[in-house]
Amino acid sequence: MTRRRSPLAPRPAAQVGRFVLIAVALVIAIGPVLYGFLLSLRPYSAVVQNPLDVWPALGELDFSGYTSAMLDESQGGFGLGRFVLNSLLVALGTVVLSIVVSILGAYAAARLRYRGRGMVNGIILGIYLFPGIVLSVPLFVLLARAGLTGSLVGLFFVYVAATVPVAIYMMRNYFLALPESVEEAAIIDGASLPRMLRSVVLPIALPGVVATAIYVFMIAWNEYFYALLFLVQDRSLWTAPLGIAQLADFNVPVTVLLAGSIAITIPVILLFFLAQRYLVDGLTAGAEK
Amino acid sequence: MTTASHRTSRRERHTTRSRRDNRNGLILTAPTLVVVLLASILPLLLVIVFAFSEIRLVDIPRLGTEPIDWTLDNFRRALANPSFWQALGTTLLYSTLTMVGSVGVGLVLALALRRPFRGRGIVRALLLVPYVLPIIAAVTIWQTMLNPQYGIVNAFGREFLGWESAVGFLNTTTTEVWGVPIPLSLLVVVLFEIWTSAPLSFLFITARLQGVTPSIEEAAALDGANGFQITTRIVMPQLMGVILLLCLLRFIWTFQSFNEIYLLTEGAGGTQVMALKVYTELVTRADIGSAAAYGLLMSVVLVALLAVYVAASRRKVDVE
Repeated sequence: MTRRRSPLAPRPAAQVGRFVLIAVALVIAIGPVLYGFLLSLRPYSAVVQNPLDVWPALGELDFSGYTSAMLDESQGGFGLGRFVLNSLLVALGTVVLSIVVSILGAYAAARLRYRGRGMVNGIILGIYLFPGIVLSVPLFVLLARAGLTGSLVGLFFVYVAATVPVAIYMMRNYFLALPESVEEAAIIDGASLPRMLRSVVLPIALPGVVATAIYVFMIAWNEYFYALLFLVQDRSLWTAPLGIAQLADFNVPVTVLLAGSIAITIPVILLFFLAQRYLVDGLTAGAEK
Repeated sequence: MTTASHRTSRRERHTTRSRRDNRNGLILTAPTLVVVLLASILPLLLVIVFAFSEIRLVDIPRLGTEPIDWTLDNFRRALANPSFWQALGTTLLYSTLTMVGSVGVGLVLALALRRPFRGRGIVRALLLVPYVLPIIAAVTIWQTMLNPQYGIVNAFGREFLGWESAVGFLNTTTTEVWGVPIPLSLLVVVLFEIWTSAPLSFLFITARLQGVTPSIEEAAALDGANGFQITTRIVMPQLMGVILLLCLLRFIWTFQSFNEIYLLTEGAGGTQVMALKVYTELVTRADIGSAAAYGLLMSVVLVALLAVYVAASRRKVDVE
């Protein structure tokens, strides 16, 4: 017995065309990243002599790009390790504060019918869409007046402010997807709001919270503009993206820059794929309607 | 009697719930409001004040202790400056091309990956990599690829395509291709922006496609409609909403994008966009008032375009 062919099954020609298209898309998406990764394993002189030889010969595999990128200047490196620590510090701080603020705000937006809720949600959406570059001028002036532009604290403040709207948007979607009955039961049982949030809501919403935290971390980890605006004068405070961009102006061999870029990319890619399913759901929750 | 008392107790319970919601809602939203107030509302008011006053970076320590020096000069200078209008034009072209490319590529990919096949999950994940990549890594890689001395694109072009000399992809304002002048560097930046942003469009359209039920398509196929007709007449109309939303978001985001262009070209090769202007006014020319005015003008243009868009889409819905 043959299986009935679905009326939607495409013709073989269309099928081939589709796979060619997907293959080309894959090459375009991944090719450059692979190129950067392979070059980061080759000595600089080899890259300049044979730019078309992308695949490193076994004998010329060279990991010195990574070590000289990461090591401190005193050890003959370019000090990226220190910049990575700065980035980590700011990004982790941002995650903690931004997530705490957003859990509360998102829960209120998803569940509580309080007066002014429509306006608050509108303001948050408006800020999410508002040109951030316009606000950078007064933010810079305010933080400079407060003496915070030359420190990681100023950056931390800006990152929290920049990530709260998107974190609220994502977590609100996760909260809305939870069954409300459990919370109602807990309230009827006499649980206070903080207790209910901590021991009922958060445990079931945990995957969504973690996914949001990862997204916030990625934003802070990748951010470049405010780091440039605030910290460019103080080398010891550079974040990883700022550090690599600044080193590019100092005639640092491109293999070292690529090694640094790949090194700061790997944690982000790993985190993203770890949380991919929840992240995608949270980001695109508005699109399914 | 019993029903009446039952009703009052229900109403009471209802009012206590709404009162409780009111109080709790405000308490839970308070931290968010503090952040929003300090980092968005206050700066928004300040940017308006700065745009209408004479203030430079050196004035920051004395800020708030002296009366404001009101003036319209910032706007007058900006509007009289040809480079302002040029930057505005570049920004509009840049955002429009990126919007079309990013959403278009995302749509094609989402449709191509709609039917399941072995390895689809991995392909999807790999297609997201350019979006997840930190911007600095993406820029470093592209700059290396396009480098005139050791970049693979120029090496390939000279070896196999007969290019006579290396092409400066990141600092060429216009170049002739078969006699047609094209803004080379601007197109490179647009391609870069499409490369990093199309995966997000792809994600959104894929999510929406999951809500499209195949039964109508099957019926159409049984009635003899071909694949192209089914895609354009049945699937596309259902995707219109998410496509318009993505266009809107992508336009807003690209209109103000700074990192991509600043890192790739620093504004060389005819890629001077509005966001770079704001930065230059603030950092290089140390003129806060002027930077604020540029930023405000930029927002005005954006809000005006959004208003036109909203009005147009309303009318379209009405007609339908």
